[in-house]
Formats: sequence, structure tokens, C-alpha cells
Amino acid sequence: MAYVRASEAPKMAAPKGTIGFAAWAKDKLYPTPLSGLGTVAIAALFLAVSWNLLQWAGLRAVWSAPDRELCAVEGAGACWPFVFAKFHQWIYGLYPFEERWRVNIVYVLGVISLAGLMVPSVPGKRWNALFFFVAFPIIAFFLFYGGILGLPVVETDYWGGLTLTLIIAVTGIVASVPFGILLALGRRSQMPVVRILCVVFIEGVRGVPFITVLFMASVMFPLFMPPGVNPDKLLKAIIGGGLFASAYMAEVVRGGLQAIPKGQIEAAQALGLSYWKMMGLIVMPQALKIVIPGIVNSFISLFQDTSLVTIIGLFDLLGIVQAGFNDAKWKSPQTGNTGYLALAIIYFIFCFSMSRYSQYIERRTNRGLKK
Amino acid sequence: MSKANAKTPAVMMRQVNKWYGQFHVLRDINLNVAAGERIVICGPSGSGKSTLIRCINRLEEHQQGDIEVDGIPLTANLKNIDDVRREVGMVFQSFNLFPHLTIMENLTLAPIWVRKTPKAQAEEAAMKYLTRVKIPEQAHKYPGQLSGGQQQRVAIARALCMNPKIMLFDEPTSALDPEMIKEVLEVMVDLAEGGMTMLCVTHEMAFARQVADRVIFMDEGQIVEENTPQEFFTNPQSPRTRKFLEQILH
Repeated sequence: MAYVRASEAPKMAAPKGTIGFAAWAKDKLYPTPLSGLGTVAIAALFLAVSWNLLQWAGLRAVWSAPDRELCAVEGAGACWPFVFAKFHQWIYGLYPFEERWRVNIVYVLGVISLAGLMVPSVPGKRWNALFFFVAFPIIAFFLFYGGILGLPVVETDYWGGLTLTLIIAVTGIVASVPFGILLALGRRSQMPVVRILCVVFIEGVRGVPFITVLFMASVMFPLFMPPGVNPDKLLKAIIGGGLFASAYMAEVVRGGLQAIPKGQIEAAQALGLSYWKMMGLIVMPQALKIVIPGIVNSFISLFQDTSLVTIIGLFDLLGIVQAGFNDAKWKSPQTGNTGYLALAIIYFIFCFSMSRYSQYIERRTNRGLKK
Repeated sequence: MSKANAKTPAVMMRQVNKWYGQFHVLRDINLNVAAGERIVICGPSGSGKSTLIRCINRLEEHQQGDIEVDGIPLTANLKNIDDVRREVGMVFQSFNLFPHLTIMENLTLAPIWVRKTPKAQAEEAAMKYLTRVKIPEQAHKYPGQLSGGQQQRVAIARALCMNPKIMLFDEPTSALDPEMIKEVLEVMVDLAEGGMTMLCVTHEMAFARQVADRVIFMDEGQIVEENTPQEFFTNPQSPRTRKFLEQILH
């Protein structure tokens, strides 16, 4: 039987109850009685926990006090004055008070140039990158350390707090990307010597905990050096962190490299691109884009792992916060809790920002690629 | 064919042999392609046709015999390989456009980075070739936004932007929807009529009839028959060729 449509079928609105909030709630919150019960139970648990936290951190908390007295009262909540009193120390560590303006300058320079790099619409990316990756570290070092232009020397033993955490984390993060890329390429190299060296390094570093790397850097490293040569404690921590992060970064990057179809490489070769141009222009831009979440995961891990440097006697943010707990002026049952909560918030702000920024970059790089 | 062209063949393959492990994939290949000549290579899958043309720009390495491209011997010498790749353009079955770059960037990348052409000049040339493949309006889109036929035409334009003397086509229409094959073949015919030296692995027999100077039939790593399209289709010499033609021409 032949059939020919005579008139166009009408386009109708969706039936009532299939779109809108009511339909969404029915579909997502209580599709069955049992899952409705689950929704209520989870919501109740969430509210209970939030209420307790709010009571402790807000309603019963002490907001201003000159010392431990009010915080030590039975039933008192969080001891926020401790945080306010110690906050400068948390940021600057034991850096001499009258020299802290030097640290501030580094912060201002760092934030401005980093923002310039991170916000896509800011022009002059090339100069900005040159400044941030080459000039800024040198300027920052001499501002921190001093010894030139009449600035008094501040030994690295006095560097500490959030500043130290950021020094180790940012250096490690910035170093881990190029080294990680080189290690990943080396691991896929046709040359057996290069490949084996890279595999041994990557697997060796990934096979031990970060604490071990730090201990090795601080305790064992001097044993291999000529007598009298004992590099700075902070330098060893930075190198240890950078190497550790590079090994993990290498594996993340390798994951991306494996996702690039062979045809991309063949097309680049057929056009006459050399190995490095092919990698730099064709393979890496695609591979790195795929692994942005993994890269940022590594960044966040390294940022948090820096707290382990306390063990080799550096006072990073965690170390300085814990040191404050022993201050007789502030000792109270709530001091530690409050300190750790504040610490968690600071770490969270940094790590969550990195996470959000990576999501933004992911969306941005996907733009135009989708149909 | 002029005498000058006869002196330096575009491609010269002499007793070329190649193995994948123990598998002998190219056996005693002897092939001369004169400048301006159009060769169509066909044969059943696994017969070594793709491997053969991929040896010409060293995407595959041969283990025995000599290959010279425009007089440059293909050896382990990296400079020679680079020189050959500048002379030889290639179009792949799966297009292999760079998805993170716009069409314009796809076309100008190699001229800028390999030939050191100034950007403006490279873009001008790119627009010329995009016009030639009839899609100048797509210049600022990304490959993912184009249809298969359009992508393949961009891939042809990309190869042409390097001003190659020889073009290799590795089953350029095999991954296309039937509706899009024609637009790609038209571009290839246009190119052939412009005098480009071409080696095409393809099963488009109408295309072979229309433009090929010679048709080469391969089976099991050997060149079984080499003939003019006229003879090849109407009077094939080898029984193996006859069997193959029966299969594909219905």
C-alpha cells in the first residue's frame, strides 16, 4: 500500500506535568516512595550536621577577646579571636615584622601577573608569561632573601606560613609541567636508554610516599655531596616537591598522549613538521586539553602535600598554625578546633579556586570544537 | 612527457621489500612515476597498497631496496626525509585534520612553521586553495563543524598549501558518506587536470578511468599488473586482476 502524507503533522506543546519544577521534583526527589524516604533522611542528616556546626562556629562562638579567658569557658564555641590574633603570623611565618612589606610586594606582583595570565581577555600574554616565569621568581627571591640594594638578609629559616606554602607549591607546580611533559615524552621515546631512565625515575618516585622523598632530600642527600656542601633546607624541600610532582604529572600527560589518534601524528609528519614542532603544535595542545582535570588534580595534591614539610622542620601554613596552639596566651579546649577549621577554610579556598578555574578553562577550550 | 622529466622520475622504487615482523608486506616492488603522471593503485585489502604509498613519504620504513623521490634517496638520513616530506603532500582516509585548530590554522600551520612563509602570505595562499576546493566560507570554523566531504577537501587544500610536487591519496573517499564522494572526486579530478603528479589508492574505478595514466593492481604485497586504464578494465592480463574486477564491478 502506498502512503503519501497529505498535511503536516501539528507541532504540539509538551503535556502538563512532564516539564517544570513539579515534574523535576517528582522525577529527581521522589520517583518511588523508598527513594523519597531516602531524600528526606539525607536532608535531615545534612540539616542536623549543619545546625551543630553553625552553633559551634557561629552562635556559641567567641568573636572578640584579648586572650584565652572567654574561650576557656565551659560550653564556649569556636575561639575566633585566636585566629585573628595569629593571622599575620599564619601568612608571614616568623618573617621579621619590619621586613614584611617585602613579602607584600611579592604578593602584589604575583597576583597581578598571575591574574593577567589567567584572564584570557588581558593582552600581552607573552610578556606577562616571560615576567611571571622568569623575572618574577628572581625578583621574589631577592625580595624574600634580601642581601642586595641594602635589604637586610632574611634567612630561609624565618620564611614560613602561607607564604612558604605558596613558595613550595607554586615552584613545584610551575616546574612539574615542563618536567612532566619531558618525562612523558621520554617514556614514549624510541630510544631505549631515554625510555628506561624515564621509567625508572617515574616509577621510583611514584613508588615511595612524599614523606620519604622529603626525608631523602633532607637527610640522605647531603651524604652524597662533598663534605661541607649542605644545601638549604627549603631548597631541598622545593626540589623534592618538584620532582615528586613531575613524576605524577608525567603519568597524567602520558594518559593524554595515548588518547591522540595516530593519524594526527602521521598528518603532522606528512606535512614535514619536526618532532618538537609536531609535539608542540599538534600533539601537546590536544593531549594537555584532555587531561586538564588530571593536571589540576596534581596541582591540588601538591598544594596539600606541602603541609608535609613540617616534618623536616619547615613552618609552612600547617606548621605555623599548630605552633600557635602551644601559645599559653591562647590555650583553650577550642583553640585547636578553631585553628584547624580556619586552616581547612584557607586550604579549601585555594584548592576550590584551582578546581573552578580548571573547569572554566575546560569549557573555554571546548568552545568551537563542539558542533 | 618531456625528456627533462624522464631524467628525474617523481618517484623511483627499485626492488623494495618490507616486512612487519615476519610478515612480508611489500615484495619486490619496482615502480617509476614520471612527473605529471597520475597513478591509481587498487587491490584487495591487505594487499600492501597503503603501505606502498606510505613508504614514499617515509610514514613507513622499507627494509630493502631503494626509493628516490624527486631524486632524493630515502634513507635513514633525517634531512632527506624532511626534504621529501616537503615535496610530497598526503591525504588520508580519515582526513586527520587538527581538531584544535581552525581551518585556516590547519592550512597555514605547515607553511608558517616548516616553510617559514610569512603569516599573511600563508593565509592568502590558504584562501586561494580553499577557493579551489570550493569552501572559502569555512575558513574560520573548526574541523568538527564541517561535513566529512568538506573536511576531506580541507585536507586536500592543506596538503596543497605546501606546494607539493607529488600528492599521495590513501583511500580518500572510503570514509565518506555516498553523497559526499562526488565533491571530493571533483576536486581530485581538477587537481589531476592541473598537471599534479598523483598516486591514489582508491576503489573509485570511474575516477581511475577518467584521470589515471596507469592503473596498478596489487595483491599479497606484489604489483600483479600495471596497465593503462583502458586495457586494465577491458582486457586485464592477470587472472588475479580479472577475479578482482569481477568482484568490484559486479
